[in-house]
Amino acid sequence: MEKIFKSLSQLSATTILLILSAIFVVLYIQAKPAIKKYGIHFLVDPRWGVTVQKNNTPNVAKNSVANSDVGGIQVEDDDVLAAIGALSPSQEKKSNVVYGGLIPIVGTILSTIIAMIFAVPIAMGISIFLAEIAPPFLSKPVGIAIELLAAIPSIIYGMWGLFYFGPFIAKIFGGSSVNLLVAGLVLGVMIIPFMASLTRDSMKTTPNILKESAYAMGATKFEVIKDVIFPYAKKGIVGSMILALGRALGETMAVAFVIGGVFNFPHKLTDPTVSIPVVLANNFAESSGLSLAALFYLALILFVISFIVISFAKFYFLRDKK
Amino acid sequence: MKKFIAGLTLAAVSSFAWTINGTGATFPYPVYKKWITGFYNQTGNQVNYTGTGSGTGIKEVAQRHVNFGGSDKPLSPRILKIAKLYQFPTVVGGIVLGYNIPGVHSLKLSEAAIKGIVLGKIKYWDNPVIVKYNPNEKLPHKKIIFVHRSDKSGTTFNFTYYLSKMCSTWRKNYGARKLINWPTDAQGRGVAGKGNFGVSAAIKTNPYSIGYVDYADALKNGLNMATIQGRDGKFYAPTPKNFSEGAKFAGFNPKMDFYKVIAYPKHGYPIIAATFILVPQEKTTKDKEVTAFFNWAYTNGDNAASKLGYIPLPNNVKAMIREYWKEKGIAPAK
Repeated sequence: MEKIFKSLSQLSATTILLILSAIFVVLYIQAKPAIKKYGIHFLVDPRWGVTVQKNNTPNVAKNSVANSDVGGIQVEDDDVLAAIGALSPSQEKKSNVVYGGLIPIVGTILSTIIAMIFAVPIAMGISIFLAEIAPPFLSKPVGIAIELLAAIPSIIYGMWGLFYFGPFIAKIFGGSSVNLLVAGLVLGVMIIPFMASLTRDSMKTTPNILKESAYAMGATKFEVIKDVIFPYAKKGIVGSMILALGRALGETMAVAFVIGGVFNFPHKLTDPTVSIPVVLANNFAESSGLSLAALFYLALILFVISFIVISFAKFYFLRDKK
Repeated sequence: MKKFIAGLTLAAVSSFAWTINGTGATFPYPVYKKWITGFYNQTGNQVNYTGTGSGTGIKEVAQRHVNFGGSDKPLSPRILKIAKLYQFPTVVGGIVLGYNIPGVHSLKLSEAAIKGIVLGKIKYWDNPVIVKYNPNEKLPHKKIIFVHRSDKSGTTFNFTYYLSKMCSTWRKNYGARKLINWPTDAQGRGVAGKGNFGVSAAIKTNPYSIGYVDYADALKNGLNMATIQGRDGKFYAPTPKNFSEGAKFAGFNPKMDFYKVIAYPKHGYPIIAATFILVPQEKTTKDKEVTAFFNWAYTNGDNAASKLGYIPLPNNVKAMIREYWKEKGIAPAK
């Protein structure tokens, strides 16, 4: 019995590792055509789906099998040909459409940063209030309300952002009703309950004896929170931020509604732009061939970004200082 | 006679009710759904159609995963030959320019104005090119926000096809595609929405915006729609009557597998689009069931289509399609 139990739990643990590496491998294989074609330059290229007219080979588009002519209008048929498998690899290489991932990468990082700047102070305030300051008759219902907020599906946040929050922000800050700032703030609202409830729980684990001794020494409430509770609950607090960060990086539906979906570098906070998950959600169903590979390349980048950010946060904040 | 045929089909199929599966374009999905229900109630045969997008429709039928695929973008005869598919149109729809300018309710846009707006050359609503045909409207000195689709879409393809036909600068620089890097985006005056729903919402929530949407969606969302100049220089309001006026000049040719993007007709409302069905050439038994369904829809489905804001195909085109089926050996069994 002991043995079976041990191997069963071992099996579950290794499955996670297997799934993780399998995802990575699949992403890599699918992205390979795009990686081969654009290489590392993909990361800094702001063009997406732009047909490049090469000056020295003006006939490329005309002669390419991929373009069929309808009454003198160039109609992009790459997708169709690739979909039916009629496009040989050599023809695909000749295709002069450029995909670059800079704008979605920047959009993802910026919207996440805005969300964290907005959410961290508020979430900390909520959890301190709930754990230390609020009387029980208040902290119970508010705590439950926060947990309920965390359970709301993201698409509801998206619709709320699109129809009410976005126009409201646009009235205050100007710009259009869907933009980077709205996306960041909606993301922030979405991750606040996560952070707040996890932080509150870890604050509550501070032994009463520690707090009471501090009070006995004459410490004020602020000093107790700053010097006793925060250091004690640090691991839990940082952990909650990391979880929230992971969610903000990969959030798709809500952001797809409010970020604008425009391949454009944001010059102001109120400019619409695009993030990696949004590009994937918008274009996946209609893509094939090289554009599909480019999407997989983006997915791989998102995978690596979240992996790096989270492991960096883990090692930096949670290493044992003893 | 009609009743007799209906009764006959009912009697014939009630003992062998069949099921066919299709997937593809989302644009005709509402009308297909209506037809499917009507067809099931009359014949007992089940048709399944999921709206996954034209690209998926083409892919799935090319790989023979479904009995038919739907696409807003017609395939050329050469590609149909490679992929071994037959193709025919089912229904026509209009694409409208929905706008949101507080205080303005009947906007008229000339070809020059549309060109200027999409190319980003006309930046403000009170530009003389726009004012010229709207002397009675108070157009404000506000930046024009151009709303477009953020996802790859057949609607974008048909709209940009129209632009390419109308404007040589557009044709040279952008062409007709499912995803476009709009010049207005680079000027910071672009907003995008996911799906027709997203575009309608973006127009509604952004004052001084304009964007292209399917007529059916614009109608549902109560958008203001611009009256636009046709190829003959006359102005056409976006109404079903003006759409079907344009559809008369579609010029479908069965010899070319109906390969025709119908935007920019000689007369009538200029931005119209047909949606198509693709079937595998070799699966004639199943194809006959597919054509049986659409044959039923051509005969009985016009009302349902009109109610939803679509334009039924003209009768002569329907006759051509039935002839095409016969010639290819996929005509529905009598």
